[in-house]
Amino acid sequence: MEYIISVLLSGVSVGGQYALIAIGYTMVYGILRLINFAHGDVFMVAGLMGIYLSASMPLYVALPLVIVLTAVLAFCIERVAYKPLRSAPRMSVMISAIGVSYLLQNTATYITGAQPMTYPTIPFLSDTVVIAGTPTKWAVLLTPVLVLALVIGLTQLINHTKVGMAMRAVSKDFETAQLMGIKINNTISATFVIGSLLAAVGSVLYFTNYTAVTPTIGALPGLKAFVAAVFGGIGSIPGAVIGAFIIGICETIIKGLPAAWDVSVFSDAFTFALLIIVLVFKPTGLFGEKATDKV
Amino acid sequence: MLRIDNLKVSYGGIEAVKGIDFVVPEGEIVTLIGANGAGKSTTLRAIAGLVKPAAGRIHLQAEDITGLTPDRIVSKGITLVPEGRRVFPDLTVLENLKIGAYLRTDNLEDDLKWVYDLFPRLKERSWQAAGTLSGGEQQMLAVGRALMSRPKLMMMDEPSLGLAPLVVRGIFDIIKEINRQGVTILLIEQNANMALHTANTAYVLETGRLTLSGTGDELLHNEAVKKAYLG
Repeated sequence: MEYIISVLLSGVSVGGQYALIAIGYTMVYGILRLINFAHGDVFMVAGLMGIYLSASMPLYVALPLVIVLTAVLAFCIERVAYKPLRSAPRMSVMISAIGVSYLLQNTATYITGAQPMTYPTIPFLSDTVVIAGTPTKWAVLLTPVLVLALVIGLTQLINHTKVGMAMRAVSKDFETAQLMGIKINNTISATFVIGSLLAAVGSVLYFTNYTAVTPTIGALPGLKAFVAAVFGGIGSIPGAVIGAFIIGICETIIKGLPAAWDVSVFSDAFTFALLIIVLVFKPTGLFGEKATDKV
Repeated sequence: MLRIDNLKVSYGGIEAVKGIDFVVPEGEIVTLIGANGAGKSTTLRAIAGLVKPAAGRIHLQAEDITGLTPDRIVSKGITLVPEGRRVFPDLTVLENLKIGAYLRTDNLEDDLKWVYDLFPRLKERSWQAAGTLSGGEQQMLAVGRALMSRPKLMMMDEPSLGLAPLVVRGIFDIIKEINRQGVTILLIEQNANMALHTANTAYVLETGRLTLSGTGDELLHNEAVKKAYLG
């Protein structure tokens, strides 16, 4: 019983972290029809910034600063690498995204000397708490709550504010949105900023659990968050969140199966098998729109 | 009110509009008629700021508005009801109307009431997703959405496209009513008969050049127009 609770707790927590990354993928896809391959690396950079900034200032300054700087980074990436390609074929933008991904990884390698860096211990988040006889970190408990709060906030923003209305309009029809007086570039920037804010929060939670930050660390969570977004129906925020939780929980369950079965190494393969199965039966994902055109 | 001088617009090396001059006097309904591909939509798109003209000037009253971005054009008081209506299908009717007033920060109640009075059907359906409306209702919504920006000049691209004759008549009645209430209208149409009956001034556009102009009545009785556009 304790074991089951521990697996579920950690599954929900991993899922929550994926969800925070997956929202960035799905929002950017929703508005630009672009799979932003650099998103996982932005997540990695947020981790590195957490390490470097916390070395020179107290955490209560460093962590908010990490979140702000990550948003600035995403804003700059969009302006420099994607905006000039607004009317280019979608494939060109995607290649630009892959380029940005490598640029971030290489820069991180250059700065860190390819050494794994240790994420700071955050008081409270890293503290241990005992739930139903299972010791776990506060971060694990807090993740789903935080994710839920952020998702509710985001949904309110999208459904009940002017910016949100503009986002919905731009994601449907660039040109008509412009005719309404909406500045589409600002709206697109807002989308990148929101996605990266969430990824930065995700990085704090993620690296509190897995404390080593390497230049390629963004790849796997990034990929799984992307899978979660596709699984849930890319472009749909609730889809991405639910997809992320399902993948996180399944993955942890497989990792937690008895060692004698020797299947835990296949947990990542399972993630992708799940994706394939869902896409066979429901090509647009759980909550996907009917008419999506994919890259 | 609107003056177009020697407007030229190119798409990828092909000149779609080859230097046209015309004026839209304040308070009038002006129409550009012409066949498919004559450059009518391109002209409106250039005025709205969606495409940059290759040459020529566009003046609103005394102000040069050539090459401004679409949001600046909207804030100057020019709006475009696009071809095929292009309502936002997932947004509700009310949200579509509100997004038409996107640049405004003042109270929208009076304008909502104005639009709902013009189109009572939209009021009944205000909570419905716009994608569930019929073609005629979507056209009403597209017009209502444009009015929410409180325009001085409303441009309309083929408002009759794909609508039943009875619905088209209704739309043109509304256009006249909106005009009576002080909005200048620039209308482009393939349905020349309807457009000429409605317009004060009309221009004929052929492969990027203006070939004829006159009052609506004059062109209705012009032999060349009769032959080419009225059948």
